[in-house]
Amino acid sequence: MANMISNKTAMPEQAPDVRRRNFDEVATGYTEEMAIQEAARCLNCKNRPCVSGCPVNIAIPDFIAHMAKGEFEEAYSVITKTSSLPAVCGRVCPQETQCEAKCVRGIKGESVGIGRLERFAADYHLKNDTANITKPESNGHKVAVIGSGPSGLTCAGSLAKLGYSVTVFEAFHTAGGVLMYGIPEFRLPKAIVQKEIEGLKKLGVEIKTNMVMGKVMSVDELFDDGYEAVFIGTGAGLPNFMGMEGEGLNGVYSANEFLTRINLMKAYKDEYDTPIIHPKNVAVVGGGNVAMDASRSALRLGAENVYLVYRRSEEEMPARNEEIHHAKEEGVEFRLLTNPVRVIGDENGKVIGLECVEMELGEPDASGRRSPVAKEDSNFVLDVDAVIIAIGNAPNPLVRSTTKGLEANKKGCIIADENTMATTKEGVYAGGDAVTGAATVIKAMGAGRKAAESIDEYIRNKNN
Amino acid sequence: MFKVIEKTALNPYMTKMVVEAPLIAKKAKPGQFIIFRVDEYGERVPLTIADHDAEKGTVTIIFQKVGYSTKLLDTLNEGDYLLDFVGPLGAPSELEGYKKAAVIGGGAGCAIAYPQAKALHDMGTSVDMIAGFRNTDLIILEKEMSEVSDNFYLMTDDGSNGNKGFVTTALEQNIKNGADYDLVIAIGPVPMMRAVSELTRPYGIKTIVSMNPIMIDGTGMCGGCRLTVGGKIKFACVDGPDFDGHEVDYNELMKRSITYRNNEQTARERNCRLIRNAEVN
Repeated sequence: MANMISNKTAMPEQAPDVRRRNFDEVATGYTEEMAIQEAARCLNCKNRPCVSGCPVNIAIPDFIAHMAKGEFEEAYSVITKTSSLPAVCGRVCPQETQCEAKCVRGIKGESVGIGRLERFAADYHLKNDTANITKPESNGHKVAVIGSGPSGLTCAGSLAKLGYSVTVFEAFHTAGGVLMYGIPEFRLPKAIVQKEIEGLKKLGVEIKTNMVMGKVMSVDELFDDGYEAVFIGTGAGLPNFMGMEGEGLNGVYSANEFLTRINLMKAYKDEYDTPIIHPKNVAVVGGGNVAMDASRSALRLGAENVYLVYRRSEEEMPARNEEIHHAKEEGVEFRLLTNPVRVIGDENGKVIGLECVEMELGEPDASGRRSPVAKEDSNFVLDVDAVIIAIGNAPNPLVRSTTKGLEANKKGCIIADENTMATTKEGVYAGGDAVTGAATVIKAMGAGRKAAESIDEYIRNKNN
Repeated sequence: MFKVIEKTALNPYMTKMVVEAPLIAKKAKPGQFIIFRVDEYGERVPLTIADHDAEKGTVTIIFQKVGYSTKLLDTLNEGDYLLDFVGPLGAPSELEGYKKAAVIGGGAGCAIAYPQAKALHDMGTSVDMIAGFRNTDLIILEKEMSEVSDNFYLMTDDGSNGNKGFVTTALEQNIKNGADYDLVIAIGPVPMMRAVSELTRPYGIKTIVSMNPIMIDGTGMCGGCRLTVGGKIKFACVDGPDFDGHEVDYNELMKRSITYRNNEQTARERNCRLIRNAEVN
């Protein structure tokens, strides 16, 4: 009998006034009872619209059916048939615009909490580790993956399951890409990411850190070394800045730098040497998930006031609803329809203010969003000692610029076929932010999975 | 893990370290840099490659024990390991096609200016090497620098080597005496690089400076190493480290370089890890 309560089973969370000052995970996760109760809300409908909303096509009603019966390990097995990092996706996917957006229960109430259930199944597995992962039998073929973020790890995991010998090359000292340096601990605990990566290693995936591909080794040299195909998942690159006066002042960070110092380099922990400014008053510029992460991280470093400066209205914000909701609960002050025009510094080059202008919405632009226009004589100054710019980034240039025959578009995104992820160079595939520009973890994973299928087909055809 | 093969104190403040890193040694070119991290708790710190030996698979770094992390690095001895050592990063210097170059090193900058002078010398460019130090006790690489230059000028701020003056003193004299440089390379403290650039500007001599700002990844992701060159934002890690000395905004650069001075002092006062390491050694 389905549970016909119209709302999702609430997710237990740390109280806002407590969590805004610590880096522990905000959402503490369902209990077994809650998971079973929420799973029972799924109607197991025939046409399964949720599955088409998932970029990696998880058999959602099937895993939920297992959960409703308390068969959590079985549920996990269903998920991992198509997803390599379920504990990550359950936490960071924008479910409300994907699987949950298509859920029939969402018509008259709230959709089934698919993400929350996925997270529970994955955490259950990681905690109990009941199933032994065995390394699949080798098929004798080698594939190289450049970048160990969501697309690279997914591609590596999918290929390893097919028996390929996969080596992942990572530039940083730790594998995980944006999952490690970008998304904060309070949203995605790093221990969880590392456990997922350990799982991939058990499948036989080899990870080489400190390898800046394109510099220490070229794509062509990988082929010379016997790799039969290469996947490029090099992710985000050079951060965008506003191009306004004062962006070189001390206290102006790109969100990438601010978050990397905190997440990867653990600047918030005393025992680490990484320095970071602990600002009292902060302005974060942008309206995406990264802007929310930066705002909430600034609070946790002890900031008294955090202003989120966004030039459009809340409706146009690209961030997940949950992140916006959490940021507000924790006390981030939203300055909407506001655009920064100049960072103001003191005589030592330190930030003392952000001059902004008020905006109003005009006609829709190319993206379909109403484009903001500055109001005349509406300039005002926010008193801040740090400004964090979170307005996206261009793709990483290192592999693209050192690989002959690999073409990119004007923005520097690697050109890849959207169905096969094949690039303009034979045997080379690409996916994730390196291809799309800044997007989501799950889209990158979808691309990694598609690429793995294409690589498998390519190598099998080549050897026939 | 990366093994320290050789460690030499060049003077009381500077250390030369030869590190086993065969893949980097195979690819390194003059002007490129590495990023090291001593241990799990350490910062990622960029250092320009002073020398490399592809056959032996080694990379040489020369560093001044000026901040917390370089002091920590200096606690390692031959046979010890660095946790992380990544590179070669940055764009190699473009040194082809010059007739006569002045290569200028200031203090620790000589460690990086020397391989540039050597590369130019090996390509048949006439090289005037000008090296400046605060006093005679701090002089490093004297023999090496003199070997790769047609004329070698060694200056000390206090005149303790009998040749008092700044590097700009020697450079200006040479230019005025008709040294027809088509390239000047200046590597050292930011005020020195600025002074050299200001000196060559009216003569229209191409002047290259090498940047070593604060970085994290060194691969064009974090944006921490940005500087303004010709009015545009550039990233030292991928667009540099070499830039046109006449275009760099030195004021901004100098202010940015002291962002964490307070943190640095706190770390030094705390000093717990250095003391702990010293006790172990």
